[in-house]
Amino acid sequence: MKGATVASRYGGVFVLAVIVAVLPWFLPNSFYFDVVINSGIAAIVCVGLNLLIGYAGQISLGHAGFFALGAYSSAILTDNLGWPPIVSLGSGLLVVALLAFAIARPILRLKGHYLAMATLGMGIIISIVLNQEVDLTGGPDGMPVSSFSLLGQEVDSELGWYWIVGGSLIITVWLALNLIDSAVGRALRAVHGSEVAAQVAGVDTTRYKILIFVVSAVLAAYAGSLFAHYTGFLTPSEGSFFRSIEFVTMVVLGGMASVFGSVIGAAILTALPQFLTVFHDYEHVMFGLVMMLTMIFMPKGLLPSLRNWINKRTS
Amino acid sequence: MSLLEITGLSKSFGGVQAVQELEYTVESGKIHSIIGPNGAGKTTLFNMVTGIFKPSSGEVHFNGQDVTGLPVHELAALGISRSFQNLQVFFNMTVLENVMVGRHLHCRREFLQSLLHTPAITRSDEGARHRAAELLEWVGLKAYVGDHADSLPYGALKRMEIARALACEPKLLLLDEPAAGLNNKETQEINELIQQISERGITVVLVEHDMRLVMGVSDHILVMDHGKKLAEGTAAEVRENPDVVAAYLGRGD
Repeated sequence: MKGATVASRYGGVFVLAVIVAVLPWFLPNSFYFDVVINSGIAAIVCVGLNLLIGYAGQISLGHAGFFALGAYSSAILTDNLGWPPIVSLGSGLLVVALLAFAIARPILRLKGHYLAMATLGMGIIISIVLNQEVDLTGGPDGMPVSSFSLLGQEVDSELGWYWIVGGSLIITVWLALNLIDSAVGRALRAVHGSEVAAQVAGVDTTRYKILIFVVSAVLAAYAGSLFAHYTGFLTPSEGSFFRSIEFVTMVVLGGMASVFGSVIGAAILTALPQFLTVFHDYEHVMFGLVMMLTMIFMPKGLLPSLRNWINKRTS
Repeated sequence: MSLLEITGLSKSFGGVQAVQELEYTVESGKIHSIIGPNGAGKTTLFNMVTGIFKPSSGEVHFNGQDVTGLPVHELAALGISRSFQNLQVFFNMTVLENVMVGRHLHCRREFLQSLLHTPAITRSDEGARHRAAELLEWVGLKAYVGDHADSLPYGALKRMEIARALACEPKLLLLDEPAAGLNNKETQEINELIQQISERGITVVLVEHDMRLVMGVSDHILVMDHGKKLAEGTAAEVRENPDVVAAYLGRGD
């Protein structure tokens, strides 16, 4: 049993690492690199969001807000104040962590629809602020972001970004799997299963809900910061309600409470609009459709449904 | 020695007095039962003792300490655990993991170490897994250890809840209708389980409607009606109490 859990934990990470390592040889041009890098960035957000939604059972419809805050913190601190990008990134994460912590306590008292509405409101407020603070963010016109540099080395190649995002994703997945398979992770899942039973078992449910809310917000902000430096230009739409819904759709499609499902969900829904022009023109309609069809035909999501199907076939 | 002392405890929901001015003492190491018709306030009393409801007035002392109104998880840390009348199972986890959650307070759970899954965390997890498997075997669920909780029959889930509560290593275990919905054979098994739990030195308080189980297993019985104490004493004393016979037991004869 011990071997099984360890193998399933690190086996998946190993497969992901191998895919990340060999993928560059199969990417014909920079367009494909761009799609893969954006998939990886979305996947980092989704792994964090899945810890919150899929594992701990707390919905958030406002995580694009944290993504955008991470992005804009990096942009503003690096470009307006001239801080080194890595310091800006760290400071941005700290700011988002503190903000998420402050919001979490009142908001996570709520359950179900009420929590969904409150997080939705939170995301919308962040989005409005980014639109209105023209002096700081450039408002709806957006703002340019200088490139990322690490140890005096500027990251300007697509391959450089590929390794940064790929490495970040592998580490994120590894940390998430470690967390899930610990007493902390079991406590989080217990909160999802039955809050009162978790409390009776000694779990301080409020504390754990706040913890995972902050963790998922920080991961979103980290991804946002990478995104800002990578694309080099930010608009408030990165923090919009639709962006939040995209993230949730990726998590739902990939599979609730499935870390690798989130990676797959993020990759599919990032790539589809790029390769199918139909998808591109009606992006929001398609996201709605994907969400509905997933709920109807495989409510557990892609990866868990696939796993069930394989288990049935083999047993 | 008294483990749990309840004085003047009341709880009202709007205009309804669910529990009124209750005085009740639970002796360490004994098996206690609380009986009474539906709506007598038995589960409300459990909910106050475990911190799920805050009492409207009165005090709860546990192990000599005033614990009135403490949050549920702090009471769990002090040594109070329970099972639920309507199952509260983590259906998103395996049977083993359900019981491992019961080991929460005995596990290492530092956040950064958990993220890195340091050897200390792995060791502590192994300990929890081992103990949970032991308890599952002890309550007779060895065959289900690796199964998903949602694949278990009702009777097995009731036992799993007891194993999970025992995993906390409580001083006081409150069982809310452990035999409800079980057949005669299963009820007999629960009876034996309760006695074995008591032999481990855990004080048990039982809310139960199955009179054969209650009369057979209890050292002390509290009879409640309309949120008040109607009578208390040994099985024989309670059975012969005219108030109890009139209000409750007599109804069947």
